[in-house]
Amino acid sequence: MTQTGSLMDFVHRRRRGAELFLLLLALVVGIGAYAAVGLGVEGTIPADIAAYGGWLTALVVAAHIAVRLTAPYADPVLLPLVAALNGLGLAVIHRLDLAYEAKGRDNHDFAQQQLIWMTLGVVLFIGTLFFLRDHRTLQRFTYTSGLAAVVLLLLPFLPFLGREINGANIWISFAGFSFQPGEVAKVLLVIAFAGYLVLHRDALALAGTRVLFVDLPRGRDLGPILAMFAIAMMVLVFQNDLGSSLLFFCLFLAMLYVATERPGWLVVGGLLFAGGATAAYFAVGNVRNRFNFWLDPMAYYDQSPGSGQLVESMFGMAWGGLIGRGFGNGMPDRVPYAESDFILSAIGEELGLTAVMAVIVCYGLIVERALRIALISRDGFGKLLAVGLGSIFALQVFVVIGGVTGLIPLTGLTTPFLSYGGSSLVANWVVVALLLRISEQARRPVPRLEEPEPDSETTQVVRVL
Amino acid sequence: MSELTLFLIRFAYLAILWIFVLSAISVIRSDMFGARVPETARGAAPKPAARGKGKSPSRRRGSPTHLIVVEGENSGARAELADAPLIIGRGADAAIKLDDDYVSTRHARVAASGEEWFVEDLGSTNGTYIGSVRITQPTTIGLGVQVRIGKTVLELRK
Repeated sequence: MTQTGSLMDFVHRRRRGAELFLLLLALVVGIGAYAAVGLGVEGTIPADIAAYGGWLTALVVAAHIAVRLTAPYADPVLLPLVAALNGLGLAVIHRLDLAYEAKGRDNHDFAQQQLIWMTLGVVLFIGTLFFLRDHRTLQRFTYTSGLAAVVLLLLPFLPFLGREINGANIWISFAGFSFQPGEVAKVLLVIAFAGYLVLHRDALALAGTRVLFVDLPRGRDLGPILAMFAIAMMVLVFQNDLGSSLLFFCLFLAMLYVATERPGWLVVGGLLFAGGATAAYFAVGNVRNRFNFWLDPMAYYDQSPGSGQLVESMFGMAWGGLIGRGFGNGMPDRVPYAESDFILSAIGEELGLTAVMAVIVCYGLIVERALRIALISRDGFGKLLAVGLGSIFALQVFVVIGGVTGLIPLTGLTTPFLSYGGSSLVANWVVVALLLRISEQARRPVPRLEEPEPDSETTQVVRVL
Repeated sequence: MSELTLFLIRFAYLAILWIFVLSAISVIRSDMFGARVPETARGAAPKPAARGKGKSPSRRRGSPTHLIVVEGENSGARAELADAPLIIGRGADAAIKLDDDYVSTRHARVAASGEEWFVEDLGSTNGTYIGSVRITQPTTIGLGVQVRIGKTVLELRK
């Protein structure tokens, strides 16, 4: 993690104009999808398109102005990508709402709620940019955020707050709102891991005894973070939240690997994962089921619990083909929870593989930007934080899309920015604000130190910055 | 609505989606190679302004006037801040030349920016520490703040 001369010479431009241009295109993507849904399902452009489009535009423009004011050098591509995904997600959820309404189901205002959550997300995005002027302040809260994450994860166990939905005990219910504290805990854990690892990475990488492939670090170096991690994992296992425990485990490994530069960690992590997964297969019925559904989805199609959801999603995507059925011509509502976990199958059915690939490329670009921010960041904490936040997106997208398309066994997680789910959406908007803040610090030209006098003694120093 | 219209709408929307993705990629591409501000131009512009102010801290009352080695082989060696920026290291061009095996040839630099003094690591092998923290970018130091370089400790004095 040393800074090299050549990287420091690189001067980034602000690129706010490019961001505005991409944001306008992102709005076309979002509002266009809404109009296409209206045309496809009802035959006319929806009456409230002006209000809806205006609201979306206002949110995006507010976010853009906040970036201009508080982070002029920030990365120009992240915000438009996120805005486009969010807009597309809203339109697809709206499409599903219309289908649910036609079927006479009670809940058909998911899109409206999602728009409220998006508004809250953008407000928090702007707030984060305004109040967090330097991401390094977060380093002071290493242990505080670790503790806060554990407390948040424990909240659903409280009898008057916790609520069990679909067998997973991960919700809290408060004043009519339900919220998944795990989504926020995930961000806090990244801050805690980054803050801890940046101080102790030398000790973790160098001191200790060598066992098999890895230099096992001393207990006092690894202890605190391992404790934090173990508590988080245990809580998730007790809450029956497979997806999140997988996410946290991989996140921890990725950050440890990046901080210590020891590939041995990946070997150890892989072995631990294989061991844990095998044990879970034999001990936990739910895990065994999901594994079997993955291997042979058709065999469990009409059973309960069965693989009906997965198979319907595959039917949908197969029917959609290369360019999809078009909005209104598919039956995405056949898939249970199409608006949250399985939103990608709704996109695949009505917009086809072409759109699914575009969505995956968007996620790829978000992760690429996060890793690029980590590369150019000048401080170790910023590097680790960006890597951690980027890995959250990467892992989450891999686990969800892999699960929905049948590449890996299905575990429930939300697709960032697309899926219906308030807590996830709000937390992800804050994550983007953090990434923009780190990128602003990294891309802003370094404060110019005084140049040496150009006399005979110092001319041999070509450039020292 | 006719089949054809719906088909065109679907096709147009997919086109919009991909136009967005490709524009994002092209912005990334131009961002990667598009730094059109050359290093020399950036350095030259703020220079005259900084020159006048840069010397002033050493003349003010209560401001540091010299950098001194307080611990290590060369204990007692000093350099006047009026000669700033100061290079610290084992090399011949160093303002404070250290005989410390853990110090790089050009290890760190102390320079002024406005009223404040900065220490900056010049990509040394063993790093520059303030307290127990290894610095990764130019860091402000005040009077009496101990800067550790290898086995040597330096500080600013009046």
